[in-house]
Amino acid sequence: MAQGVFVVTEQRDGTFRKISYEAVSEGRRLADLLNTNLTAAILGADIATMSGEIKKYGAEKILVADDSGLSEYTTDAYTNVLTDLIEEQDPELIIIGASTQGKDLSARLAARLDAGLVMDCVAIKQTDGGLVFTRPMFGGKVLADVEIAGTPQIVAIRPNVMSIVETPKSATVDRPSVKVGEVKTSVFEKKIETGDKIELTEADIIVSGGRGTGGDFSVIEDLSALLGAAVGSSRSAVDEGWRPHSDQVGQTGKVVSPNLYIACGISGAIQHLAGMSTSKCIVAINKDPEAPIFSKADFGVTGDLFELIPEIIKAIKNMT
Amino acid sequence: MEILVCVKRVPDTAENEIEVNKDGSDIERDDLVYSINEWDNYAVEEAIQIRDKVGGSVTVVSVGGEEAEEIIRREMAMGADKGVHLSDQAFEESDGKGLVRILQAAIEKGSYDLILTGVQADDGAGQVGGMLAAMLDWPFASLVNHIEVINDRTIKVGREIAAGNQEMNEIDLPCVLSIQTGINEPRYVGIRGIRKVASVEIPVFGASDIGLSPDLVGKSGATISRVDYFVPDLGEGAEILEGDTGEILEKLIEILQSKGGIK
Repeated sequence: MAQGVFVVTEQRDGTFRKISYEAVSEGRRLADLLNTNLTAAILGADIATMSGEIKKYGAEKILVADDSGLSEYTTDAYTNVLTDLIEEQDPELIIIGASTQGKDLSARLAARLDAGLVMDCVAIKQTDGGLVFTRPMFGGKVLADVEIAGTPQIVAIRPNVMSIVETPKSATVDRPSVKVGEVKTSVFEKKIETGDKIELTEADIIVSGGRGTGGDFSVIEDLSALLGAAVGSSRSAVDEGWRPHSDQVGQTGKVVSPNLYIACGISGAIQHLAGMSTSKCIVAINKDPEAPIFSKADFGVTGDLFELIPEIIKAIKNMT
Repeated sequence: MEILVCVKRVPDTAENEIEVNKDGSDIERDDLVYSINEWDNYAVEEAIQIRDKVGGSVTVVSVGGEEAEEIIRREMAMGADKGVHLSDQAFEESDGKGLVRILQAAIEKGSYDLILTGVQADDGAGQVGGMLAAMLDWPFASLVNHIEVINDRTIKVGREIAAGNQEMNEIDLPCVLSIQTGINEPRYVGIRGIRKVASVEIPVFGASDIGLSPDLVGKSGATISRVDYFVPDLGEGAEILEGDTGEILEKLIEILQSKGGIK
């Protein structure tokens, strides 16, 4: 019978993405609830030393799939290798982060394993009938609780929502031999815009600008650099060509849940709120006291962002 | 190039207040404004642009009741050549995988080089593209924000990856791509365009027409079941910071400090 929780971690160039810690921590919590064990898989090339990092979060068994064919993420190679590992382990539950990569991987894996998949899950609870998974629908206006029949069950969890908890275990580390198999797509180029740009969905703090910037994001960029934050934008700022689509927060852009979201000159259309309303703290700066963003925000300032933000920057600089 | 685009009719979340019905089993569907799923519309526009460059045809397919036809027709008004409507009582209450099985059966009946889907739908699970590719055993790329046809066997696609970066891939046809919004600017559909296709016959196929066993789809074939809908807690609205600039700044700095913005 299928047993155990299996977490697929995500790393890039030898560094774990934050979602990996969230996924393993959640895996530990569920393994305890289900009274079972936790396995974490790490895929990549030259990753032999990475297992130590993940032990802290409570996996009993760590599988390191180290192969040059896994150096770049491809749907095919990762699905092939994981299918073998999962069939060998026969887990009841598989947890993957719903990152860009994880969303791609989980759908393909679900079809290959003939498993039920819940995408973009924000909460998991145990009931008499088994696990119940909560996911937002209709732009976050409604939450749905869903159940998955059969095993394995696959859940892709939304980044930045679930807690990271350290529960060190003495884990066994296995290095299974892997077969990468046929890869039908070839990555031949990566266009990296800026090396140090913070991924929006993983950022702790986001400073976002909208139509109210009039296209001038300089103060927003300055403030975000000072706070170590990522820069986001509303759809209208993207439609105007002021920011790239990848900066867009909202229903048809990124869904983010940072600790702090600072919305500057963003009115707060449904489109935008759908992407950021689960942020832990929202501060809105807007000239219009009637702007809908104030209904979602925790704190609001009615005022001109071009006057206020330079003052904030000055105040922070004066502190140090 | 023969291109198939999978489209879905969804409640327009920007236009509607979405409410949960009394027993939490569904949303209130009366009086909802429906439209084409936004991602799918970008996919249709992209398909039309590819056809205009390299020739071939664009077919739009949708699974759903009678109402799905209006969406297919709208996309034909946009410029798609053909429409296919997959409709059967047995399809009702299908989960993501059921939907994929229906599409897969229809695709295997036809002959397509390229299948496009939207990255996700507002009322869906964001898994159709990836699952469809796996079940067809075709190559797949998700979050596609650029397509270039190299020849009739290979295309080059750009994918959105983390931190605003892009990855360029070469993929052999036939393949499945899930299209990201922002890849193009979908054209406006005017009333004249709608009129032009108003009387075009759109074929309707059920389970037996596409050789699909009804128990693989619908409720009986579903592994995902919805047990409850509820509305998330809405906050109480913002605490508006009052006072002179100094006082507001002081409060803001306090918030930034407590949230880890200032170390």
